[in-house]
Amino acid sequence: MKEVLEIKNVAKTYQAKNGELEAIRDVSFSVKDGEFVSIIGPSGCGKSTLLSIIAGLEKRTAGEVIIDGESVDKISDKIGYMLQKDSLLEWRTVYNNVLFGLEIRKNKNEENKAYANELLKKYHLEEFKTKYPSQLSGGMRQRVALIRTLAVKPKILLLDEAFSALDYQTRLMVTKDIYKILKNEKITTIMVTHDISEAISMSDRVIVLTKRPTTVKKIYDINFEIENRDPLNCRKSHKFSEYFDCLWKELDVHG
Amino acid sequence: MDKNISNDRKKYLRKMKTNKIAVFMTQITIVIGFIILWEVLANIGIIDSFITSQPSRILNTFMNLSQNDLLEHLGVTCLETIIGFVSGTILGIIIAILLWWSKFLAKVAEPFLVILNSLPKIALGPVIIIWVGAGMEAIIVMALSISLIVTVLEILNGFLNTDKELLQMAKTFNASKLQILTKVVIPANISTFINSLKINIGLSLVGVISGEFLVSKAGLGYLIVYGGQVFQLDLVMTSVIILAIVAAIMYQSVVILGKIVIKGQK
Repeated sequence: MKEVLEIKNVAKTYQAKNGELEAIRDVSFSVKDGEFVSIIGPSGCGKSTLLSIIAGLEKRTAGEVIIDGESVDKISDKIGYMLQKDSLLEWRTVYNNVLFGLEIRKNKNEENKAYANELLKKYHLEEFKTKYPSQLSGGMRQRVALIRTLAVKPKILLLDEAFSALDYQTRLMVTKDIYKILKNEKITTIMVTHDISEAISMSDRVIVLTKRPTTVKKIYDINFEIENRDPLNCRKSHKFSEYFDCLWKELDVHG
Repeated sequence: MDKNISNDRKKYLRKMKTNKIAVFMTQITIVIGFIILWEVLANIGIIDSFITSQPSRILNTFMNLSQNDLLEHLGVTCLETIIGFVSGTILGIIIAILLWWSKFLAKVAEPFLVILNSLPKIALGPVIIIWVGAGMEAIIVMALSISLIVTVLEILNGFLNTDKELLQMAKTFNASKLQILTKVVIPANISTFINSLKINIGLSLVGVISGEFLVSKAGLGYLIVYGGQVFQLDLVMTSVIILAIVAAIMYQSVVILGKIVIKGQK
């Protein structure tokens, strides 16, 4: 499989009134087409910053981000970004929320609308098209937000703690739903999370970062050898707890 | 409505309803009681109706609206208020948008806005009269000066407090500043606009009446001052009551407009 994303020696230093802060020292990794990669690390280690840099929302101080062979340093059309909150616009219907990205990118043509409709239908939201976000459950809202992001046909999806605002039950269901959607649509995904089990249950690889100033500590291949893998049946596998122990030690929370 | 509501629910609903009626009845009783007391005390001479007027005389003055040009004065005041209100709102929104657009401009303007906001605008009365002339224009400018700064601050504050996550979300789609303004910030602030309209209508009326106190030859404010000077308290009281009614109607219209806009947005 070819690599769709390459991060080369990315660094980030923040300037503030009271001095400099070296958030990211040197991070390099690459992601293959269709892969699901999670990034975990101690809190405050600059995981989200890294994601913002990949998305082009924040400027990096050094290094390179290469998407599909092209070096990128602004917001790329090939990237979809999903944040912790669903950020649905309460005054728009579900359907108009889904079309928001297309509207902003001035791509609201019939073909793309048809694709958005197809996604809504496929993921059981068609009957809620004319409803408003306040009438939906947390899990449904998150799915609408995902479809809004997918409607612009990104090659790479970035998830920034995208499920942490949900309660545990909903979260398990939503991760399962979203995992299926992403695998179906063959979307390359990079997820930042602080939840080790979420990372293990969804990812093909887990990248562990160090404390600030951040570097890559280790990269784990996750392989459950389960047919029809989904985040729920992974959690039942005996390998799950092995991976969990490894990553837990790696994070070294008390250190 | 669901017909199978429990007895507890029925009791609760009934209690809510009786409570509502009780509040309303008490309010009505206070008003009627006050009017009757005023009339009776004036009739038996405990209070001097020459300086307090009395309900029957107010009603008389009110009935002879056309004789004392009340309607014309009312029209002038309403017109001035509406012009001041509309121009204050539109200008306020435009200035707020400019300040939202440019952080530099907002920082530069901040101390000026703070000072202008705390300055009692009525102190500008003489300046306004000299600059724009002692007429309707001066009154409208007065209304504008009272409502404008508050509008700018209120709306700018709403704009700046728009949910950061929504802005971030729009940015992930590479939204331009204009798109963020028109598709996120403005629609997210409809309730801010309506609140500022509610404050504005009251302030415009304050500006108009104080402007009329200073310069005018017509309007309810003029009538109140004139009535005071010639010791016609009937005229003063009638004008004040009409003013209260006008203010209430204008405020309610804004409230209803707000409800329609919010419904229309959905």
